[in-house]
Amino acid sequence: MSLIHIAWKSIRQRSLASSLTAFNMALGVMLMVAVLVFYGVIEKSFKQTGAHYQLIVGPKGSKVDLVLSSVYRVSPPIENLPYLYYLQLKNDPRVEEAIPIALGDVTQEGAFPIVGTVSRYFELPYADKKKFKVKAKNGFSGSFDSIIGAEVAKQNGWDIGSTFKLVHGGADVGHTHDEEFTVVDILARTGTPNDRTVFVNLKGFYQLGDHDKPVEEAIDQLQKFYPDGVPGGEKRIKELREFAASGGDHHDHGEEEGGDHAHHHHHHHDLPDELKEVTSVFVMMRDQDDYAAYNFMNELKTGFQAQAVNPTQVMTDLMQSLIGNVQKIMVVLITLIIIVSGIGIFVSIYNSMADRRREIAIMRSLGAQRQTIFAIILTESVLLCLGGGLLGLLLGHGLFFVGAPIIENSTGLIIDRYAFEPLELTLFPVLLLLAILIGFLPGMTAYRTNVADVLSE
Amino acid sequence: MSLLLRRLKKSFREPDGNPLPIINIDHFELKQAEQVALVGSSGGGKTTLLHLISGIHTPDSGEVIIDQVNLAGLGEPARDRFRAMKIGYIFQTFNLLPAFTALENVLLGMSFSGQKSNRAHAIDLLDEVGLKHRLSHKPSKLSVGEQQRVAIARALANKPKLLLADEPTASIDSRNQNNVLRMIRDVCKEHHVTLLLVTHSEEVARQFDRVETLSDFNKPEELLATASK
Ligand SMILES: Nc1ncnc2c1ncn2[C@@H]1O[C@H](COP(=O)(O)OP(=O)(O)OP(=O)(O)O)[C@@H](O)[C@H]1O
Ligand SMILES: [Mg+2]
Repeated sequence: MSLIHIAWKSIRQRSLASSLTAFNMALGVMLMVAVLVFYGVIEKSFKQTGAHYQLIVGPKGSKVDLVLSSVYRVSPPIENLPYLYYLQLKNDPRVEEAIPIALGDVTQEGAFPIVGTVSRYFELPYADKKKFKVKAKNGFSGSFDSIIGAEVAKQNGWDIGSTFKLVHGGADVGHTHDEEFTVVDILARTGTPNDRTVFVNLKGFYQLGDHDKPVEEAIDQLQKFYPDGVPGGEKRIKELREFAASGGDHHDHGEEEGGDHAHHHHHHHDLPDELKEVTSVFVMMRDQDDYAAYNFMNELKTGFQAQAVNPTQVMTDLMQSLIGNVQKIMVVLITLIIIVSGIGIFVSIYNSMADRRREIAIMRSLGAQRQTIFAIILTESVLLCLGGGLLGLLLGHGLFFVGAPIIENSTGLIIDRYAFEPLELTLFPVLLLLAILIGFLPGMTAYRTNVADVLSE
Repeated sequence: MSLLLRRLKKSFREPDGNPLPIINIDHFELKQAEQVALVGSSGGGKTTLLHLISGIHTPDSGEVIIDQVNLAGLGEPARDRFRAMKIGYIFQTFNLLPAFTALENVLLGMSFSGQKSNRAHAIDLLDEVGLKHRLSHKPSKLSVGEQQRVAIARALANKPKLLLADEPTASIDSRNQNNVLRMIRDVCKEHHVTLLLVTHSEEVARQFDRVETLSDFNKPEELLATASK
């Protein structure tokens, strides 16, 4: 009979204590595996999403906020860029493509983020070499056209032709815009936050009440943004003031309150570009070289009140600084859990030694060497630790498999349920080492058993 | 295999710390393939003597010479190996391992001797003691007599050259007792195994050509006398 067989027998002999302690170990390992896989997957998909945009240009401020709001749509924008500046980028000879996006509102149903943008957004790949697939190939034509992500369509049960309203996300949260948008197309699932986004025609976005600024505020901001002079100069500013005076500024709802509400509440005319804003601009350089993008980034640093960031870089840094630390803390805590389960196994084996003194003495009297007895105890510990570890590995992946849809629903990322983190493999040598540490003291007790004394007891 | 005990002394300690001499044998000898019954009063030191011979106990002084090798002079690992390979021991209290089945108990003895465990041989042995139908029973599921027979089969598993049997038939009814006894003696005869068998039974002792009474050659009280001088 092999040592493993003999060790297994005595584990079976104490099946309750053995299975409880091994299960304890399994739970620790399960948590560890789940955390490792979870973070591995999150990190990968965070880095991949938006990686194809060379640059994101937004207002000066937190780079992370800029990326989180523009690409992940998880944090609302704080500042905006003048629309004029978007036009400037678009016309820059070094820029191949510049796509404006404007954020702020959410859908009344399901509270999905609204992104005002242009049809060209859907012509660019959404991830490396991956192009959007649409249901009907309808771009934005009407101002109140909308293209929705797959998850939005699924959760809200919307199809082409569905109509919906927006809730204002700005100053007066909860105010519902009267304008109705119509779904003209549905994106195929991408596994990116686009799935959870409702895209509307930027034109329509500007026509919503409250989406243009009071003229004086807009002029103020333009002057701040262009310290060396607003494009068009004083002359243009004067024109803007005249536009406002002529009734273009429709922020004084009060006087219209009594009138024909439906007709006069909003003025669906084109705003002057100076009164429009965008949240950020996705930029593809004509020169695909990273160096060109880098130069462009540096240029912005010194010039305007804008910044250009590389989304991949920002996300990698964020992963490192924020999520990386959380992961580290969790790994440390779970390591403690595993060590505690190891101590459980130790206590269980160590306590059993008193009952097994006789068993050990008999084995010795049958001719078993001291080392053999030591090895049997050590094997027991290894079997419990690695057995628990293996079970934990399966449970961990099971947990992840079951939890993946939940992560998918809340992040919009598509998760590989069978994801495997190479780091998991290092668990086993570590568990082996732990098992040896655990088995050592009981093993030594067994090693020292005095056969004659025990047998004549 | 011959056995020679010379000036063998062993004392335990009483709870108050005073020495408790149990064994003091000047000379005792078993010849190769001899079969000897050892009788004596309870508490006389028969089990202690068998432990000394098998190397489970170490003597305070003196020699246990088996085939010209002084067991008492060997280191522990060598003694363990010697015991595993050359000595079969049927314990008075059987000493079966509760976690293992009858068959596994027999196989265990084999695996510690460093030999390959021979399953067929183990089954044969259990068959010979009439336990073929109890191979996968654990000791707790066996009658006392059956446990004793498993212990006998285990002691014979490694084809020992010296068999020490501590009342091997005490828990078996008289008919089976004779069968088992005959089996032990036949096996020993066939393989030229030296047999030292402790018994309390007149009937058992009568079947042996040579019967020794422990108190005839073991004089522990002399130790006390010399110590107090
Ligand atoms: N480890 C020990 N420590 C102290 N005293 C012991 C020890 N082992 C045995 N003794 C004592 O030695 C004496 C002899 O014991 P032993 O078991 O050898 O007797 P025995 O002849 O086999 O008796 P029985 O016929 O009842 O089996 C006993 O009085 C016992 O109490
Ligand atoms: Mg006895």
